[in-house]
Amino acid sequence: MLENIQLAFQGVWNHKLRSFLTMLGIIIGIASIITIVSTIKGTNEQIKQNLIGSGNNTVVVSLYQNENTYDMDYSPLPKGVNVISEDTVSELEKLRDVEGISLFHARTYAEGVYYRNSAFNGKLFGVDGNYFDLYGYQLCYGRNFTQKDSDDSRKVVILDTKAVSTLFSGQNPIGQTIEIKSEPFTVVGVVAQSKVFTPVIESIDDYYTYMDTSSGCVFLPDALWPVVFRYDEPQSVLVKAGGTDTMTSAGKNVADYLTGSQIADPSSGYSYRAEDLLEQAQQLQAMSSSTNKQLIWIASISLLVGGIGVMNIMLVTVTERTSEIGLKKAIGAKKRRILRQFLTEAAVLTTLGGLIGVLAGIGLAKLLSQVMGTPTAISMPAILVAVLFSAVIGILFGLLPATKAANMNPIDALRRE
Amino acid sequence: MIVSMKGIYKNYFRGKTEVPVLRDINLQVAQGEYLAIMGPSGSGKTTLMNLLGCLDKPTSGTYLLEDQDIAEKKDDELAELRNKYIGFVFQNFYLLPKMSALENVALPLLYAGVPKKERLERAEQALLTVGLEGRLRFLPNQLSGGQCQRVAIARAMAGNPKLLLADEPTGALDTASGEQVMELFSKINESGATIIMITHEPSIAQCAKKIYHIRDGRLDTGKDGVQNAAE
Repeated sequence: MLENIQLAFQGVWNHKLRSFLTMLGIIIGIASIITIVSTIKGTNEQIKQNLIGSGNNTVVVSLYQNENTYDMDYSPLPKGVNVISEDTVSELEKLRDVEGISLFHARTYAEGVYYRNSAFNGKLFGVDGNYFDLYGYQLCYGRNFTQKDSDDSRKVVILDTKAVSTLFSGQNPIGQTIEIKSEPFTVVGVVAQSKVFTPVIESIDDYYTYMDTSSGCVFLPDALWPVVFRYDEPQSVLVKAGGTDTMTSAGKNVADYLTGSQIADPSSGYSYRAEDLLEQAQQLQAMSSSTNKQLIWIASISLLVGGIGVMNIMLVTVTERTSEIGLKKAIGAKKRRILRQFLTEAAVLTTLGGLIGVLAGIGLAKLLSQVMGTPTAISMPAILVAVLFSAVIGILFGLLPATKAANMNPIDALRRE
Repeated sequence: MIVSMKGIYKNYFRGKTEVPVLRDINLQVAQGEYLAIMGPSGSGKTTLMNLLGCLDKPTSGTYLLEDQDIAEKKDDELAELRNKYIGFVFQNFYLLPKMSALENVALPLLYAGVPKKERLERAEQALLTVGLEGRLRFLPNQLSGGQCQRVAIARAMAGNPKLLLADEPTGALDTASGEQVMELFSKINESGATIIMITHEPSIAQCAKKIYHIRDGRLDTGKDGVQNAAE
């Protein structure tokens, strides 16, 4: 067997150009499959990172009415839903998988936020000083909120870098005054998420998914929320979990606890729910994978064509080597041995093509991510399957020529030349 | 008897008509004989050689090689038989061009299932007997015609077959190389192997101990052949 492989390599080497041209179909097929698989995997990982954040492992639990988030903007205060107290927070912190809790108020579309003539329409949050730590924000300039801000009801505000660029277009915002619902607030700090993370937006779906995180945030002390909005609005809860895997269960634990303790009438349609980011990520991943899987089918056609090319050239090889086959049979080679010899040759040819294809595919994927910015990740199982599959193609398409060789009549074979 | 042919006919199809090539061949060859079969081209001598070498089966008649009936054998069994009992020497040598002399000679031993080390030792020994001990690693295209034919003879004899079949062994060689080959054949015959050689050159046929003539598909074995057939 080993000898056969060695001979096959020799054969490939003796006809370098012909072997390469024969392998080309396989190379192209395998290379495109590897590229596509790398792109799928890269996109999936990107989606997961985009949604879950750069490892801050936080989940938001908020109030839902039936299947929708309860919109505080345009709705009256929900009846029978209590405000979450400090006592409840300490209870929540004891729940399983929960590492940290921070209460906050939120408006998804801020209205009435201005600096001079420029308007801001990102998100507006009422938070405590804990929030930034949990969410993975870091202070870039200025200071965080202090207890004294809340106690003295100081009208101070913290912006994230995106809000700064919308409102101040590059100027230093610290000490400036912005207007929120006609109340003046002084900017005391600027925060940014600790890790750089830019969602890749390629479609309108991506846009809706990432829109809210990309339009900037304005934070004011939670104690001042009633000054701008209303008293007794139910809060949302930022939950920090121990790790990515426990995010879902931590969020669920908190949501269940709140639904049980804060809502007077469970049949009212109100409930607390966690945004299940992992699930959302999986849905998006499935979507991008399914489009790319169709590409894999197209690439497989190239493999089929490559296989037929291999069959063709193997038939030529068999014809060329008629007298060799005849002699071998005359001096005692059995059918099986001839069959194996040509199958090995075909398999070596396609496996070699597969290996080159894998290398080309990795190169192409890297090039693609450099040029077009698509995320890629090399998948080891895909590489193994690709190489194995190309060997199988060789054996499959080598079968016809090899059988032809094995069944050759020795006298017919010797008579030629 | 190593070879026993009785009433052998061989027909070929030329288009739709069946053409008889061999008619009623009766041939007995005993162990240790050295036989030359002579005949003009088209007389059917190559067809007879193919039958003798178990490369082809007769249309009718029985051929026993070492008392085994060829007609009953399957392709792979015939291959095994050829490997075990017969050594072939062809006019065009039929050496594998990408293999060294040593590897060419070792090939039939590979098919016989001899382990690699022993295979190479025996191949080397066989090349030594034909006087090519200095050419073990040479490729066929680095050897002269006479040397190639000697490699082919070494290959034929490497497995110690009882029967050596030669089809115009000197046909592609100059006189001097031809003589060398004939000397080798005599030596091989002296060591006990049976040789059947096909040729159209009388001077070559003279080297054999016995000469039969084939004409229009009929083998003339003279008194001797009739006697043998009657046994």
